[in-house]
Amino acid sequence: MRRFSWFNATSLTLGFAFLYMPMIILVIYSFNASKLVTVWGGFSTRWYGTLIRNEAFLDAAWVTLQVGVVSSTVATILGTMAAQVMVRAGRFPGRTLFSGMIYAPLVMPEVITGLSLLLLFIGIGLDRGIFTIILAHTTFSMCYVSVVVSSRLVAFDRALEEAALDLGCTHFEAFRLVTLPIIAPAVISGWLLAFTLSLDDLVIASFTAGPSATTLPMKIWSSVRLGVSPEINALSTLMIAVVTIGVVTASLLSKRASIRRQQEEREAFQVTP
Amino acid sequence: MRRFALIAIPYAWLLALFLVPFLIVLKISLSDITLAIPPYEPTLDLSAGWEGLKTFFSGLDFENFTFLTTDDLYWKAYLSSLRIGAISTLITLCVGYPIAYGMAQSAPEWRPTLLMLVILPFWTSFLIRVYSWMGILSTEGVLNQFLLWTGLISEPLTILNTPTAVYIGIVYTYLPFMILPIYSALEKLDISLLEAAEDLGCSRLKAFWLVTIPLSRPGIIAGCFLVFIPAIGEFVIPSLLGGSRTLMIGKVLWEEFFNNRDWPVASAVAIILLLILIVPIILFQRNEQKQREAEG
Repeated sequence: MRRFSWFNATSLTLGFAFLYMPMIILVIYSFNASKLVTVWGGFSTRWYGTLIRNEAFLDAAWVTLQVGVVSSTVATILGTMAAQVMVRAGRFPGRTLFSGMIYAPLVMPEVITGLSLLLLFIGIGLDRGIFTIILAHTTFSMCYVSVVVSSRLVAFDRALEEAALDLGCTHFEAFRLVTLPIIAPAVISGWLLAFTLSLDDLVIASFTAGPSATTLPMKIWSSVRLGVSPEINALSTLMIAVVTIGVVTASLLSKRASIRRQQEEREAFQVTP
Repeated sequence: MRRFALIAIPYAWLLALFLVPFLIVLKISLSDITLAIPPYEPTLDLSAGWEGLKTFFSGLDFENFTFLTTDDLYWKAYLSSLRIGAISTLITLCVGYPIAYGMAQSAPEWRPTLLMLVILPFWTSFLIRVYSWMGILSTEGVLNQFLLWTGLISEPLTILNTPTAVYIGIVYTYLPFMILPIYSALEKLDISLLEAAEDLGCSRLKAFWLVTIPLSRPGIIAGCFLVFIPAIGEFVIPSLLGGSRTLMIGKVLWEEFFNNRDWPVASAVAIILLLILIVPIILFQRNEQKQREAEG
């Protein structure tokens, strides 16, 4: 349907202005020379300088990166397995409980997930630190991964897998050579989603971190509680820049890949007489 | 054997790190606070055998839940969370629908770009998006400076640390969750239905009300639940933007745990919060299932 009107143009302009204005203002103020965050004191990059010299932020960023990479990788493996179970395993005892445990963390308030995991870690006497944050992040991200991967598995033609088995593949080979390449886009977006969720999480990390580990959101949190800070503006700008470049590149790459695939398909049809 | 391992590994993980922790919360919500480590009793002592189990269960009671009903802080916080959740869901719908509508009616070659622009904020840090409003809404903030400059107001407005700032924060951060399901419902809308309505004498506005709105209803319902459910348990937004006067249950739970160190009461607060959320969650699942059946 296409009925372009002034009403639509206005609502889109205002809507996107609302979505982007706060971030644009944040980026502009990160280049403010003044220490007073609300007064414009001329252009300067001094806050980026103080930011990279701030060891506490660098340490927190390193912790966050470690947690993000490890937890999203484990979550992708477990989530893909869970998706296979949900779509392929058929009936087994406790299936309802299983799918309930996959969907519940998606709607569970973060404060409850965090509290319950903390009580578990204390209950079994596990020292809190990077390891416990990784366990916590893996648990909720694997549910997101399994939802993303299942939607791709549902649309997947099972005959391809059966053909591979008939031709002498083992189950694992059939998965690695046939299923995995086809569901790969979903697995990759599942990993990216898990990674982003992990980088973003404040509440669950605060509950499960303990005194020995601080993630970047926890560090940001403790400084913004006291009010707006120019260093955090600079840090936010860097994070927004990384995400924007990443998302734009990913979408351009996937667009190019789909154009190439269409071209190849066309050529393939032309070859067949 | 292969099938067993495939099922058992994720199953065991979820049992150990989702179900068991949840049962622990349930158990602690029935315990009493003590000055010990861990700060609650009774603790389960399996070495004491059957007798130990019996004293364990007799030590559990609903005292914390009774406490929640006697102190009006808690039910006020629950009610306030529900009210803030409902009002901000309604505002998000009013802001999000026109955007989704505009996207669905734009030229097809524009749609992927517009869609990316809606999703992009989702990939940027939630905390930073909430934080960005602190600098805008404060008394000396960008918004007040702008309004003073235009002459619309003569005194700066107090918005930060009021419920208004919480509404703005929720609408802003959850807007993509409202736009996306409504957009996907509107995109599938067959334009010939609208033309038919107009041919039969409907005005454009009436056709919109009688055709477009009902056909986008699954998207509206999904969007509203996707905003309402997480908004109820929200912690970051009321803490950064709401100040001490805005009461929300997620914040109460946090403070009960970290500031008062009352684990049993914090657990009881969590259990009640879950009980409140169960109804909207079930309704949301129903809506999703109905839509899946309608499509497949």
